[in-house]
Parts: sequence; structure tokens; C-alpha cells
Amino acid sequence: MNITLRVWRQKSRDVEGRMVTYEIEDVSPDMSFLEMLDVLNEKLTLQGEEPVAFDHDCREGICGACGVVIDGVAHGPETTTTCQLHMRSFSDGDVITVEPWRATAFPVVKDLVVDRGAFDRIIQAGGYISAPTGTAPDAHAMPVPKSDADRAFDAATCIGCGACVAACPNASGMLFTAAKVTHLGMLPQGQPEREARVVKMVNQHDEEEFGGCTNIGECAAVCPKGIPLDTISQLNRDLLGSLTSASSE
Amino acid sequence: MTELYIEGDPIRDEKAPEGPIQERWDKRRFSAKLVNPANRRKLSVIIVGTGLAGASAAATLGEAGYQVTSFCYQDSPRRAHSIAAQGGINAAKNYRNDGDSIYRLFYDTVKGGDFRSRESNVHRLAQVSVEIIDQCVAQGVPFAREYGGLLDNRSFGGVQVSRTFYARGQTGQQLLIGAYQALERQVAAGTVEMNTRHEMLEVIVAGGRARGIIARDMVTGEIETHFADAVVLATGGYGNVFYLSTNAMGCNVTAAWRAHRKGALFANPCYTQIHPTCIPVSGEYQSKLTLMSESLRNDGRIWVPKKGGDPRDPRDIPEEERDYYLERRYPAFGNLVPRDIASRAAKNVCDEGRGVGPGGLGVYLDFADAIKRMGRPAVEARYGNLFDMYQRITGENPYEVPMRIYPAVHYTMGGLWVDYDLQSTLPGLFVTGEANFSDHGANRLGASALMQGLADGYFVLPNTVNDYLADGPFEKLDENTPEAREASETVRARIDRLLSINGTRTVDSFHKELGQIMWDYCGMERTEEGLRKAIDRIRELRGEFWQNVRVLGSNDELNQALEKAGRVADFFELAELMCIDALHRRESCGGHFRAESQTEDGEALRDDDEFAYVAAWEFAGTGEQPVLRKEDLEYEYVEMKQRSYK
Amino acid sequence: MANSTLTKQRSAALQSSVALKSAMAVTGGILVLFLIAHMYGNLMVFGGQEAFDDYSHHIREIGEPMLPHGGALWIIRVVLLASLLIHAYAAFALWARAKHARPAAQRYVVRKSAQSPSRRYAAQTMRWGGVIVALFVIYHILHLTTNHIAPGGASDSPYERLVNGFQIWWVVLSYLIALLAVGYHLWHGIFSALATLGVNKAGRERALRLIATVVAAAITVGFLVPPFSILFGLVS
Repeated sequence: MNITLRVWRQKSRDVEGRMVTYEIEDVSPDMSFLEMLDVLNEKLTLQGEEPVAFDHDCREGICGACGVVIDGVAHGPETTTTCQLHMRSFSDGDVITVEPWRATAFPVVKDLVVDRGAFDRIIQAGGYISAPTGTAPDAHAMPVPKSDADRAFDAATCIGCGACVAACPNASGMLFTAAKVTHLGMLPQGQPEREARVVKMVNQHDEEEFGGCTNIGECAAVCPKGIPLDTISQLNRDLLGSLTSASSE
Repeated sequence: MTELYIEGDPIRDEKAPEGPIQERWDKRRFSAKLVNPANRRKLSVIIVGTGLAGASAAATLGEAGYQVTSFCYQDSPRRAHSIAAQGGINAAKNYRNDGDSIYRLFYDTVKGGDFRSRESNVHRLAQVSVEIIDQCVAQGVPFAREYGGLLDNRSFGGVQVSRTFYARGQTGQQLLIGAYQALERQVAAGTVEMNTRHEMLEVIVAGGRARGIIARDMVTGEIETHFADAVVLATGGYGNVFYLSTNAMGCNVTAAWRAHRKGALFANPCYTQIHPTCIPVSGEYQSKLTLMSESLRNDGRIWVPKKGGDPRDPRDIPEEERDYYLERRYPAFGNLVPRDIASRAAKNVCDEGRGVGPGGLGVYLDFADAIKRMGRPAVEARYGNLFDMYQRITGENPYEVPMRIYPAVHYTMGGLWVDYDLQSTLPGLFVTGEANFSDHGANRLGASALMQGLADGYFVLPNTVNDYLADGPFEKLDENTPEAREASETVRARIDRLLSINGTRTVDSFHKELGQIMWDYCGMERTEEGLRKAIDRIRELRGEFWQNVRVLGSNDELNQALEKAGRVADFFELAELMCIDALHRRESCGGHFRAESQTEDGEALRDDDEFAYVAAWEFAGTGEQPVLRKEDLEYEYVEMKQRSYK
Repeated sequence: MANSTLTKQRSAALQSSVALKSAMAVTGGILVLFLIAHMYGNLMVFGGQEAFDDYSHHIREIGEPMLPHGGALWIIRVVLLASLLIHAYAAFALWARAKHARPAAQRYVVRKSAQSPSRRYAAQTMRWGGVIVALFVIYHILHLTTNHIAPGGASDSPYERLVNGFQIWWVVLSYLIALLAVGYHLWHGIFSALATLGVNKAGRERALRLIATVVAAAITVGFLVPPFSILFGLVS
């Protein structure tokens, strides 16, 4: 099939960008969206035009590197990562608009590549359990109810792709933050730091200039790993609990 | 054959202690010099790569008080390709009371590696495995649990005990996130400095020691010089030399290869693992292959039609016209034979013209019986996410139609040669995880890669690197040190050259062609003739690459084509060494089958008299014959036997 | 971490987006409770003029003689006004943060919701909808409380003011529009407030959305019944 692509081109962070239109012929429905971009890049290179920069790595939907807004939806029309989106989701003659994640917290580095370092800094603020290597008790010392372990796991499947931010009308990073708060907060190992963790992570989230959550739910609707909206509610509960708690670390 | 290489002096691992194998790790920890906690902050360590081995090492050494500088080419350390491991991680916990023990895990791993790994290293790996699980659970890794709240285990990759811990089909992700969080905790504490979107392009060797690296800031193009008292490479494997593999697009050999060029020996480069259960190639444009956990082989049945070119829908092919070739040839293990056997058997039936799907490169993996036996909900619970993944990629529903699978390059057992301390032949250069060669021999068992990465990073390196650092801090260097300046100029010159060729072919087109040569001649089955042909073609193609590649843009920006070009240039040199190594090893062993060395019924024939050694290669200069240095392997505990899965 | 650091972090978190929206949730909750009471009062109109006027009068006597005449009502008014102001302040603060988080220059060329359009519409109109509701409240107070705007004729009897006003079609229309805006605001607002206060849990989202829908619909309908009854002459 033949596709018309409108792609955001931006040379670097401080240069203004614009949409550029390209035609691609002979697109196979079995191609992934990124393979279609590969084909475009091969063609551009041979024509002497610089290829489109986009982040990608594992191409199996788990590393979280890829992610673009396709026709107004983060990761495109299927609820999956961009690398796992296949061209069979489109039709011959489609005009597809491709834009980078857009948020103050995610400045564009080049074309479709953005800087998501803010997510790492949110984790640095408290998204961990302090367990120095070698100090751990036996793994069976602390049983965890299966339902808690499962919920922790569901939240822990977050791949940090940033689609939640891209999709949120407020450009909020709350689903990402809440996924980590929930993952660690559901486990007995995560309890000692639970109150401090949520406070520090929420403060860092705001410091990174993400918007606030207003429970719109666009984040959960595009999340390729299906992180549920209620994790944000759990974060709120934890934060309010921590703010009203008298305990100090 | 000797025109392709020269044989040099043998090499030995001087660090592994003698004595009972159970006591060697204790002995080494005791004999290793320690560094006083107050002195640690004066010592610096560079760690390249943030996968399981790199992130865990950075977190642990940072915690211990060393000044750690960490690098990764991705935009975040959390994206390293360890994240994609699905199946699980082995540990000799014996939580199932099914006869497992450290010794059994050791035994299975030595045997699984087809007697081409070191007993001392493997035993240490089995010992440490137990602590890894404790560590990960303490960090909050959400392993699968049973209703009683205790950890669940499964049997994996053809072993007869249940020792594999897992987190649904995303074990690698969960372990890596655990290590990543530990790493970020140290970043916040100020003990680790993290450099993302940085690619190591050269190692700095001064005064006979590895003292730093040259890295390119992939956003600004700045060529940076970083110094330290020791350098750790945790840079993963080189499966992408085949272009199509299950590796991430960015995985590359550059860091390891640059170290090799500076004097680190490269061991067993031809040992590649081909994973049997991947989704087949669908077309020319294919950029990578997706693995599906081999746990699928626990319940799925593998078959092809008895006669080639059968055009029927697989569901319409009656039972008697199907060939369940693994069950037929290996009745004891059936569909659970080790990876190499399953892979080669698939290749054989496809070579016979009985393959299915586009290009005839695929075999069926059928769940119809399992669905009948366990019911669809049970199958869904166990394999649901894998089935979804298959459907998303192929557009076919595996609950209805048998899946198609084909082998793909998955893991490389070879890597930089290291001693028991994980130190390479370049003093001060340590190598961990998939980037080294040490623990898997000629074939890696399922669920062992995660174990090795974390063992190296959390427990081994932090107990051996001190022995080296105790002599530090070493002489202070700066950018004007001749060795540093030279390394940085080499990097600049190479980049300038790649940008100035402006030929007519893209980097990817060269990479694809190289990959095809490697797959055809240095893949699952190798022959002397094929390998010689491959070497000629690689040399030719490399020549063309340096004349005719087209890399647009400049160095001082994010330039993904330039990044790729540098990596492919190194893959060319590695590819040649892999073929030379494969050529000289005239035996079938582990994941590698030499057509000239087989039994009467076509099974792999290992040659222990000739080849029970590690082939460590020394770089002698571009275009010069590499020097082969053998490390003899001795087996004091596990008796060398031909593997048999009949 | 030292004590003081956590204390500092906690006080910073009082300014966080989560704290702001919690304030919105609590104040919004107060306003919803008020609306329910108000709606109940409105429905007294079906009891006839005497009942309705008595009810209006009684509001002013709550708490007597402990409180002066109209005292309780003033307390309620102060609480409501404070709630409204806090609600609006938090809304504007979050609005400003959202605008900063994705400034106009960074808007998407193509934008599409991944959710059901009506739900998305309700969520997206919270801010402008809130402004419309606020303007309506002013109009409404001038009309039926202070008697400043008196379409259909002023009166000392609240019942008469009500009936006089709602016999005019465009007055009813203006209330209809305003109440639909209120309904939409509540539809998302009630769910959002519950979620913000941590009530949303795994598997509970549908139930919470249902509660929000029912309450929002009940309040909208409850408020619209009297004006329409008057317009169609069922109450006169």
C-alpha cells in the first residue's frame, strides 16, 4: 500500500521545527510502523536527505524507548508500543501524522526524539527500596499474598515510555509516578520507605514541570502495558496519608 | 588453515584458587586485597553499560563507596536489553525439595555448556545464584508467587528440577528495573554519575593499564575523555553481527572490540546461541526477530508436514501426515531438547523443503492438544501474553492456527576473555555479563543469562575488583596525556572518515548483507568451505563499506546513521574473527555444528582430545593474522561425556 | 534521611498538584452536599406557596436561639464562599501548571482522544464549564436571593419570585443551559474527586463512574423539575 506521512522535523532542541510530508510506496501490511520509518530513512538517505531521527531499541515492546504520537494518539491506533504497531492497522492511501511526545518536561532532542530524563529523576527521588547488596534475608522470609504480588507486578510492568505524559491534556506524569508508588507500596519490603517515597516522588514530579493530574484517564487509555488509572488514586491516598501522618523518618 | 591465524603461547587463568571446588570462591575472597572504606572514595571506576551486569555493578560499587561513572547509549539506563529476557532466572534454592542443589546447578551448567566452560567459574555462579534471589526480592522484584505467598518455581529449558524463578513473561524487565532502581538510588546519593546517550568508542590504556574511555555524547557529538582507576565493560553480546537477531537494534560489539584492539583477548567468538522459538521473518524490510519464551515448548508440539510443500491449512493436515520430528528423534526429551538441538532440527527439516510459511522458513508450534488437554483458560493463563504478542506481530490467532516459529540468533557465549576475577588480559579492564565469555561454554542453558549478569554485577565483581584497586589510586592523567590524546584523535579520525566517504549505499544495506553472510555460513551449521567463502566475502564487503558507505549529517548532532556506521564497521572486523574461530574449531559442540564432525546418525560430534580449550584471540593489527592462545580446560568434577538426548 | 528533610519535603508537598486537587475534591464535595440540600429545598415548591416560603424562612432560624437570626445561614454562606474560592484557586493554579507543562507553541497538530468522546468531553470542559457555572451562580444569586434581577416581577415571597421567573421561557432556558453545565461538571467532578481522595481501587472504577453519573443526573434533573413544572403550568 501507499502511505503519505507528515512527520515533525526539528534539527535540534532550540531550533524551530515543522511538519514535512513524504510519500512511501509499497508498504507491506506486515511491516511494523518503525520498519516503515526505516524504509523511509533508506529512501531519504539515498536521495541525500537526512533520515528522520526516532528513538527505538528492543522493537519488541518492552524497553520503552520508542514512542511517537500517530494521528493524535500516543503510540497510534492500537493500545501497544509504536514498535508493535503494524501497518495492517492502516489502509492504502492513508495520510498519517507523526509527532514527538510534547511536554515541557520532555524537550525535543531532534525530530521525533525527546529527552525523558525527568522520569529517571523521579525514580532517583525515591522510586526504590533501599536494600544494599548482600544484606538481604532469605527470599522466603517474608511471604507476600499473591494478590498483592500480582498488583505490584501489574504496576511494575510500566516501561517508562512516556505515552501517559504525551496523551495527558495536562502533560502530567502521574501515571508513571503512581505505577512506581503502587509497585513498591504493595510489597512488605516497600513499607518502611512508603510515606517518604510518595512525598519525594510527587515533589520531584512537580519540579520537573509536569502538569497535575485531573483524572481524565487518557494516560491509562493509551498505556501499552495497561497500567490502570486507579494506581493514581493509590498514590493520592498514600500522599494524603503521609501528609497527615505524624511519623517522621 | 594457518594462513588465517598464528598460534601463540597458551594462556592460563591465574586467579582461580586450587582445592575443593566448594571452597574456591571463599578462598579467593579471602586472598583478594581489600580497600579500606575511607580510601574507596579516592578510587574511581567507569562502568559501561547498564544492563543487569552493569547496573548491578554500578549500584553495588557505588554503595561500597567507590566513585562510579556509568555510561549507556540509551536515553535511560532502564532500557538496556536485559529488559527483554522473558523466561526466568535459575537459582539453586531447592524450594521445591526436588533434589536440586548448588552442585546440581553447577553440574547441569557445565554439561549444558558442552564442556567448554570453566568448572571454577560455573561453580561460583551456582553458589551465588542463591543470594541473587534474596537480593532481588529485597529490592521489590515482584516474582511470581503462590497462594501461600511463597515464590513460585518452574522447570525451564530442559532441566529436570524446578529452579527457575520468574515474573510472568517479563523476568528480565523486573530484574533490570530492580537493578536500575538500585542504580538510581546511588545516583541520588551522589556515588554514581550517570551518562545516558553516551557511546564508548575507545579505551584509554596508559602505563599498561586500562585507565579510561573515550565516549561520544550522542546528542551534541562531543568526544569526551573520562578517566578512572578501573574500567568495567558490561556491554552485552554481539548477536547483531547477524543483522537479524533477537537483540535490540542498538546492541553492538564496539566497546568490546575496541578493547580487543587495545590488547584484551577475545575468546570463543564463534559461540553463538540460536534460539529455537522465534517468530519467522516476514519480509525484506524485517529489522529484528522476536523471541517467544521457550517455555512454550513445555506444552506446544513442534511439527512439519511429512511431505514438502504441503499447501493445506495446517488444521486440515491429518495427524498421520504430520512429522513431530523432535518427539520422533528424541523420545526421552521430545519437544524439550536443548536449544541447539531444537534449532538445528528445525533448520534441517526446512532444508529438506518441509518448512512452512513465507519462504519455507518456519515450523509449526501447535497448542491444539494442550488446549484440548488443559482447556483454553489454562493455556491463556500460562501463555496469554506470548500468544497476544504473536498475534500482534503476525496477525494470526494462535489459539486457532498453529504458530510458526524459526530459530534466530539470541545470545553470544563468546566474549572478552576474563580470569576468575573477571579481569581481561588488559590490566584494569574488567568484563561482566554477556560481554565476557566465562560461564556458559559453548551453549547457554535457559534462565542462566540473567543469573550470570546479576552474579557478576552484584556479587563477583564487587569482591574481586578491590584486589586490583587496592594498588590504586593510579597516577593522575588528563586530556593531554599522550595515550588519551591519541585515543581521542583515533575516534575523531574515524568519525571524520565515515562522514566523508559519501558513497552510494546506506549503512543498513551493508549490515544486512553482512548479516546474511554470517547466517548462511557461520550460523547453525558450518563447513570449512562455507567459512572460507564467508571470510573472503566479508573482506570484500568491508573494503566496499569503507569506500562506498553513505552517512549524512554531521558529528555535532544526534546522528543515528553515524552511530550505526561505527558499529557496523566493528562488526565487519568481528565477523572475520568469528569465521576464523569457527573454521579452526573443527568439532561440533554446544550451539555450533560443524558438518565435518558428526556421528553416523547426524548428531553433533565433539572432539575433546583436540578442542577442549578456550580459543582466546589476540589482535595483531588490522588485516594481520590474529594470534590464537589456548586455555586448556580441565574437568576435575564433571566427567566429560557426549551429550545425549535420545 | 534526616528528619528535617522529610519535614521540608512534606511542606513542599502541601503545594503539590496532588494537594491542590485534593483541596478541589474536598471543596467540591462540600458544594455537592450543598447542591443536594438546595435541590431538596427546591422540590418543596410542590408543597405550595406556604410550605415553600416557610422553608425559606426556616433556613434563617436554624440554630436559634444559640445563633442569631440568619446566623447559621451566614455560616453556611461563608463556608460555601470559602469552598468556592479555594476550588477556583486550585483550579486556576492547576490550569496554569498544565498550560506551562504543554504551552500553546507545543500543541499537537492532530489531537484525538483514546477514550469515549462523551467522557472525554466532560473531562475537557471542566475548566470552561466551571467558569460558566461560576457566572451562573452570580446571576442566580442576583435573581433569586437578592432580588436584583427580577424577570417576571419582584416579590417578597420567594415562591412568587420563583414562579414569576420560571414562567418566562428564556429564563428557564438559561437555567437549563446552566444546569447541563453543572451536570457535566459533576459527572467528571464527582468521579475525579473520589479518585483524588483515594477511593478508586482495582475493579472499582466502573462503580465510581456509575455513582458519579447517578448523582450528576439526579442533581441536574432534580433542579430542572421545578422550573419546567412552572413553565408548563403544573405549579402556579
